[in-house]
Amino acid sequence: MRRVYLDHSATTPVDPEVAALMMTYYTEKYGNPSSVHSFGREAKQALEEARKQVAELIGATPPEVTFTSGGTEADNLAILGAAEALRKKGKHLITSAIEHHAVLETCEYLAKNGFDLTVVPVNEEGILSVEDIRQAIRPDTILISVMHANNEVGSILPIAEIGKLAKEHGITFHVDAVQSLGKLPIDVNAMNVDLLTVSSHKIYGPKGVGALYVRKGVRVVPLVHGGGQEKKRRSGTENTPGIIGFGKACQIAGQRMAEDARHQTKLRDKLMHGILQRIDHVKVNGPIGAKRLPNNVNVSIEFVEGESLLLSLDMLGIAASSGSACTSGSLDPSHVLLAMGLVHEIAHGSLRFSLGRQNTEEEIDYVLEQLPKIAERLRMMSPLYDQAIHTQQAQ
Amino acid sequence: MYSEKVMDHFTNPRNVGEIVNPDGVGEVGNAKCGDIMRIYLDVEGDIIKDVKFKTFGCGAAVATSSMVTEMVKGKTLDEAMVISNAAVAEALGGLPPEKMHCSNLAADALHAAIVNYREKQEKKE
Repeated sequence: MRRVYLDHSATTPVDPEVAALMMTYYTEKYGNPSSVHSFGREAKQALEEARKQVAELIGATPPEVTFTSGGTEADNLAILGAAEALRKKGKHLITSAIEHHAVLETCEYLAKNGFDLTVVPVNEEGILSVEDIRQAIRPDTILISVMHANNEVGSILPIAEIGKLAKEHGITFHVDAVQSLGKLPIDVNAMNVDLLTVSSHKIYGPKGVGALYVRKGVRVVPLVHGGGQEKKRRSGTENTPGIIGFGKACQIAGQRMAEDARHQTKLRDKLMHGILQRIDHVKVNGPIGAKRLPNNVNVSIEFVEGESLLLSLDMLGIAASSGSACTSGSLDPSHVLLAMGLVHEIAHGSLRFSLGRQNTEEEIDYVLEQLPKIAERLRMMSPLYDQAIHTQQAQ
Repeated sequence: MYSEKVMDHFTNPRNVGEIVNPDGVGEVGNAKCGDIMRIYLDVEGDIIKDVKFKTFGCGAAVATSSMVTEMVKGKTLDEAMVISNAAVAEALGGLPPEKMHCSNLAADALHAAIVNYREKQEKKE
């Protein structure tokens, strides 16, 4: 059966060049980077090369990069580690309503354990106002954590402006850049970011690897204690093949960024406009144009439910995702869509397509050919659809 | 995630649609939680002669709606009243645990339709 993968915000395939390089460090250069002998030294050298490659993609220096087991651990290290380090200075944290759970849940955990938390709202495009952050700042605010780009609706947040504000007030600023790395230029100095989370498997690197940028002079208390690797910030023998793969993936992403963005923006707009043309009662979730990630399409198909859409697409080999409650294992649909003011039934009908390097126009044509039929079939079953049509006819 | 039988009923649902001037209609669920099921009945004597459904919801919601209509067509109202949500799920070869509560309401919709029919009958008498 034909298969079309449009879920790159969930994960990406590993670039073959990355996979080939990693293999060497599993089977030949398998030394422990902490060892003194030549096996250890060659691993250590490659590890430091990877650190340089990651640093380069975000405008940092290599010693400011700490490798972790992924984005979630990096978010935890940033938030828990900074809060613990700054506990004596204050107890107030600020974040946004559309953060990834790795940030939101961590902040909420702290709020249950003696810290105060302000969650700043977003507008209907999924973008927050810097003014709202300014007003949330208190004398005891120690940390602001805001994502660079949202994973569900692709909205790009005004990180540089928030960074400037945080710097003026002497507040540590953490940015979850998991979705923007390799897609948007990142410069931790120009953006005044103190802590920045990145992840490998969203940029054609392996799963189980991420990193936290920690600005020189900023302290985070470690979560994992042990042998003192990663300058005591993250103990445990380094996942050398994974880290080296991540480094290579960063290098490739840096080289391809402009080309990838051009290609994916073209497909994104083709898919989004195609859906709007072919299906009525469709709402675009998130901003349109330059404030949106180049690879994100998110629409709500009214009167139908997201999981039904996903199952139907999957039967035709098309992989997408949804903010419907039924795909999250809870009764509530996506917190991001609700924060943007969507009513529950529209949030339940949301559908996210996230594009990648290998997608083609022809694949988009296939989706545009199949999706209207799926929507039509599910709407014929839906009691909400005939209600809406009857109401319209009566008007 | 879903059994073959669930996927079969989701892909080829039985008795989708509505009955014009039905003898009974039942609806359960709400759009907030993501599932709405509506069942239409055509009753002759004490027998369910025809039954149709319309459902907004996930794969399990569609499949249970389809299954319940298949289970009760030709049955008496009393027989239909004792069919439970659990029996519908069992007839589908089981549902994932997280779906048992939120999307397994088809028997409730059927019972609501029967109650609606009986209320209408009482008014006539």
